[in-house]
Amino acid sequence: MAPRIGIVGAGHCRFGNSSDYDVVDVIAYSVNAAFRDAGGLNLRKEVDQVFVANMAAGLFNRETALASAVISRMDMEPCPAELVENGPASGASAVKLGYMAIASGMADVVLVAGGEVMRSVTGWESTDIVATMAHKEAEYNMGLTLPGFAGMFTRLYMERYGLTERDLALVAVKDHDNAAKNTYAHVQIPVTIDAIADGPNADVVNNYVAEPLRMYSTCPVTDGSAALILVNMDSPKAKLFKKKPIRIAGIASATDTHCVHNRKDPLVLDAVRLSAEKAYTMAGIGPKDISFAELHDAFVIFELIVSEEVGFFERGTSFLAVRKHETDLNGRLPINTSGGLKAKGHPVGATGVSQIFELVRQLRGEAEEGRQVKDPRYGMAVNFGGFGNNVVTTILARD
Amino acid sequence: MAIDELEKKLRPPEVQLAPYPSKVITLASGELMVVRECRREEAGVLLGTVYPLLGVAKDFYDIVAARMYNEILAWFRYRISNEFVLVGSIKGEIAGIVTSRHVDPKLGMSLHTLAIKRGLRVGAQLFASKMEHHIEYLKEDEVWIVAESPIGFKRWMIEYELEDRSAQYPAVRHELGGVPTYALTRKLWDAVKSVKCTGTRPVPPEVLKTASKLTMPNEYVQLPGWKRNA
Repeated sequence: MAPRIGIVGAGHCRFGNSSDYDVVDVIAYSVNAAFRDAGGLNLRKEVDQVFVANMAAGLFNRETALASAVISRMDMEPCPAELVENGPASGASAVKLGYMAIASGMADVVLVAGGEVMRSVTGWESTDIVATMAHKEAEYNMGLTLPGFAGMFTRLYMERYGLTERDLALVAVKDHDNAAKNTYAHVQIPVTIDAIADGPNADVVNNYVAEPLRMYSTCPVTDGSAALILVNMDSPKAKLFKKKPIRIAGIASATDTHCVHNRKDPLVLDAVRLSAEKAYTMAGIGPKDISFAELHDAFVIFELIVSEEVGFFERGTSFLAVRKHETDLNGRLPINTSGGLKAKGHPVGATGVSQIFELVRQLRGEAEEGRQVKDPRYGMAVNFGGFGNNVVTTILARD
Repeated sequence: MAIDELEKKLRPPEVQLAPYPSKVITLASGELMVVRECRREEAGVLLGTVYPLLGVAKDFYDIVAARMYNEILAWFRYRISNEFVLVGSIKGEIAGIVTSRHVDPKLGMSLHTLAIKRGLRVGAQLFASKMEHHIEYLKEDEVWIVAESPIGFKRWMIEYELEDRSAQYPAVRHELGGVPTYALTRKLWDAVKSVKCTGTRPVPPEVLKTASKLTMPNEYVQLPGWKRNA
């Protein structure tokens, strides 16, 4: 039987533009913060294994082998360290590997850090680099980008279920409201539905990016990092950390076809559903037990479709819940309390770790005033790699 | 006011430019930004707004601020001909400034765009307003434009698909120096104005009144921790 595994340290930097800094320094910032949170920098000597999540520093920054660089920057040699690359799901994949390392008995304490500095290149280059995760022959070489994919996906969903552009804007308004209260968010600016959807200037203020997706339907290009310290709660080392562990109740991943056109129905994200089902089973709970969730909304349509795939809402109905404010901070099931990728930002290699960081803060009751979910028990994070082809679902519990 | 003979010789010839009608834009935050033409007597508050950015190297604020400072000063002291200055303000506080020049009935010379408030596309809206003034109100055939920062190049050259005139150097040479000159033609403007340029006219009197007295920002996101009244 696997030991109980929990998170005892969590660090995060302010997301935004860190292009003046080396990506290793950006990651080291959050690692330092995680150790301070856990009880002090000396605890880094207790770490048995390090996983560093990053998607494309080789392309964004011309830097590779980041795990070795982070170890040296933190003076943690000879601790074993590996880099984890799984597209935008690199972060949660690294947490999953950390969990597996402890569960296997090879480690009692694992440091997981994720980071990306994307604004070192132009927005166009950044979009191109992210698009390299698409199928090379069938998609990337044909000029498809992730915003292009998401635009087509959104159009199909609109035609099938009656979603409107205004519904997309409502998700953005909610996410920006949450981000405006989040110390670590990139875009801490609330937006209004009148300004980005209803008003006379909305078409230009909220211009199309990939019709029907507009600027406020897509995440910004963001730099940043986050770090977590995982511990075997049943080992003597657990007592070295001052924070009460937030338990990893379930963590699982699943994959889907690399080519989107090979799926029977492009609106069905099997990997999201399967990873969530496995995580629920592992945690011994179901969708109704989740108190709040961080869902991978690189495009706001993903927040909607993922919330359906994980069982929060019936297929084709999630936007109706948004209209009724059920997913607001004070709603029945708060979603993307951090502001989500939409407004908190999406530094690809950091995102999965950052989502779990938010679960930890909320479950500890440490979120900012006005952003704290009331008495949460279980938090869920879904980190989405590729166009839904490699997905990790994590469920944390406050015991 | 009497102007002495020597001062008269120093001043460039000027023509009476058509006025730019004020407009109001609802920014994504819901804030109302009034865009209007500046008056010469407002040069002081404009210069005071630009001044703190002279030392901000990031995103080339320093060079844009320094050049804009010069352009506003030259406009105020009658050392540049046919310049106009547009300002975007939110409840009177300056959010951004653009400078430009009418060269002749066919040609406009875009000078600088300075976004002070960030994250709400203030610079993009003010640049579009400047082009609107050149093409729609001053009736010029085209505007010459250069970029001095990557953000400017992306926003203007790429997003507007401006015509690259650098092959015609030195016949086509922007006044700001040797950087490659691009042009916004009336045809290009007609193709993009519906997606780039917005604003509601006339501005309701109560909203216009808020922009009648301009104020300098007390804080700048470009200068973390800096406060004007500290």
